[in-house]
Amino acid sequence: MSDTLVEIKNLAKSYTRGDQDVPVLRDITLNIERGDFISLMGPSGSGKSTLLNLIAGIDKPTGGILRIDGEDISKLSEGELADWRASNIGFIFQFYNLMPVLTAYENVELPLLLTNLSRSERRERIEMTLNMVGLSDRMDHYPNELSGGQQQRVAIARAIVTDPTILVCDEPTGDLDKQSASDVLNMLKELNSTLGKTIIMVTHDAHAAEAARRIVVLEKGELLGEGV
Amino acid sequence: MYYLKLIFKNVFRAKLRTALTVIGLVVAIVAFGLLQTVVDAWFAGANSASSARLVTRNAISLVFLMPTYYRERIRSIEGVKIVSYSQWFGGIYKEPSNFFPQFAVDHNNYFDLYPEYLIKPDELLAFKRDRQGAVVGRKLADQFGWKVGDVIPIRGTILSGDWQFTIRAIFDGRDETTLTRQFYLQWDYINESVKKRFPKRGDQIGVFNILINDPSRAADISKAIDAEFRNSLAETLTETEKAFQLGFVAQSEAIVVAIRVVSFVVIFIIMAVVANTMAMTARERIAEYATLKVLGFSPGYVAALIFGEAMVLAFLGAGIGILLTFPVASGFANSSAGAAFASFAVSASTVWLQVACAVAVGVIAALVPGWRSARIKIVDGLRHVG
Repeated sequence: MSDTLVEIKNLAKSYTRGDQDVPVLRDITLNIERGDFISLMGPSGSGKSTLLNLIAGIDKPTGGILRIDGEDISKLSEGELADWRASNIGFIFQFYNLMPVLTAYENVELPLLLTNLSRSERRERIEMTLNMVGLSDRMDHYPNELSGGQQQRVAIARAIVTDPTILVCDEPTGDLDKQSASDVLNMLKELNSTLGKTIIMVTHDAHAAEAARRIVVLEKGELLGEGV
Repeated sequence: MYYLKLIFKNVFRAKLRTALTVIGLVVAIVAFGLLQTVVDAWFAGANSASSARLVTRNAISLVFLMPTYYRERIRSIEGVKIVSYSQWFGGIYKEPSNFFPQFAVDHNNYFDLYPEYLIKPDELLAFKRDRQGAVVGRKLADQFGWKVGDVIPIRGTILSGDWQFTIRAIFDGRDETTLTRQFYLQWDYINESVKKRFPKRGDQIGVFNILINDPSRAADISKAIDAEFRNSLAETLTETEKAFQLGFVAQSEAIVVAIRVVSFVVIFIIMAVVANTMAMTARERIAEYATLKVLGFSPGYVAALIFGEAMVLAFLGAGIGILLTFPVASGFANSSAGAAFASFAVSASTVWLQVACAVAVGVIAALVPGWRSARIKIVDGLRHVG
C-alpha cells in the first residue's frame, strides 16, 4: 500500500508582472512517497525552485491541489503556514543562509526556539545533531570561521534538529567543492536511509541528482518526465 | 534572552557604522540637553520666585520710578507684612562681558524677604553698617574669586562714574534652584549721590518688594495697593514676583521659542540619520530575515528585531549623551557665556525629555524598515543579495 506524503495535482503558479500574467508552473501532477528521496532537475527558469518553494510552504500556488500529509497547505494562512513549516519542514539552501552573528550551536538552536523544549533539552538535541554531522568540535565557531562544507553541515544540522517530516534542499551542493559536495550528498543519503527522512532536492548537477532515488525533470514550467 | 542576544550581536555587527551613529546621537542628545537647559535657565528666576512676595512698579514702565514714601502707604494695607525696595544699578565690572545683575536695596530689611538667601548674621550686620558694603551670591563670588573684604570696582552706566564696593557678605542658596549670581549694594549710598547730582531724581525707587501674610490673598492685596495710588503722579502695577519675572522672560520670548525649535530640529535630524542607518541595516539583512521566516519565525518577530536594534542604538547614544550633558553643562556654566545665566543646571525634566527623544528616535527610525522587512515575501527575501 502506497504512503503518499506529498500529493500534487494540476498545480499551477504564475506571477503578475505589470498587467501580464507570467506562468511559471503549469499543470504539475506528482506524488511523493514518505521516505522518498527525489531530485528536481531542469534548466534555469524551468520552475524547479518554484515547485520546491510551494511544497515547502513559502509560496502559494495559483491553481491546483497541494496536499502534504493529507493537509491542503494552500489554504493555510501566513501564520498557520509559519507554524506548519516550523514543525514539518527542514530547509537546506545553496548558500547555507546561516546567521553570521551566531555560532554553529546558536544557528542550530534557532528552530528549536519555536518549540517548548527546555534549555537542557535543546542543548542535548543540538549536541547530538552537530555530532551527527561531524561538527561537535566546531560548536562555538562562527560561520566565517568554517569552510563551505562545514557551513552546509551546520545548515543540515539546523534543518534536521526539529526532526521534520520533509527535508527541502535547494541546490545544496551548488556552492561546494567536489569533496564537500560528495560529503553533503552522502549525509543526505544517510538521513534518507537511516532516519527515513523524505528529501526533495533541487539541483542542476546530474551527479548530485544521482544521489536521489527518483529524478523528476521540469522544463518551461511543465513536468517533462521522471526516472529512477 | 535569545532575542536580546541577537539584537546586541546585530547592533555591533557593523562597528564603524554603529559607532558613527551613536556619536551622532550623543552629539544630538547633548545639544538638545544644553538648549533645553538654556531655556530652563531663562525661566530660572521665575521658577524660584515665592508666591508670598509681590512686586510693585510704576504702571507705565519699569523705567519710571516711584517715590520712596509710597512704602508707608503700602505697609498700611491689610495683609502686607514687610515692604522693602530695590533698584537696578547696572554697572560694569572690568569688562561688559562680566555681566551680573546688580541691585541697590534697602539694607535694613531687604534680606528679611528672602529666607532662601543664607547669610551669616555677622556678615549681614557688617553690610548694614557699611554704606559702601555689598552682598554677593556664592556663584558670583566663585566666578570671580571674590571673598569677604575684597573691594570691587564698578563702572556705572545708568549712574555714571567709578564706584567701589566692599564685599561684606557672601550668601549661599537654600537649594539648587536659588539664584546666587546677584550683587546687592545699599540704596542709601546710591541715593546720596543721585541727590547731589540730579536732585529731582532723589528719593525715588524702581520697585517695592513686598512680603504678604497669606499668598492666597495675593490678587486682592495687589488690587488694594494699586487702588491706593490710582490717579496719583506715579500709578502702580502690583503683581506676584513670578508674574513680574515672567514679564521679563516674555520680552525675549522669540529667542526662547527659537532655541526650543532648534533643539527639536536637532532631534529630528538625528532621527533621520538613525532611520537611514536602520533602513540600510534592514536592507542588507533581508535574506537573513527571510531565512528566519522560513524557519517559522513570525513577521512580528522580524519587526521586533529591527525595532529592538533601533532602540538599543537610541538608548546607547542617549545614555552616553545624558551622562555627558552634566559635565558639558557645568563647563558651559563656568564659561563666560554661561556666566550670563544666574542658574544653569540640567533639570530632571530635561533628562526625561532626552529619554523621551531617545524613545521617539528609536521607534520612528524602526517603523518603515521594520514594517517592510516584516511584509517582504520569503521568496523575494531569499533572492535578495545584501
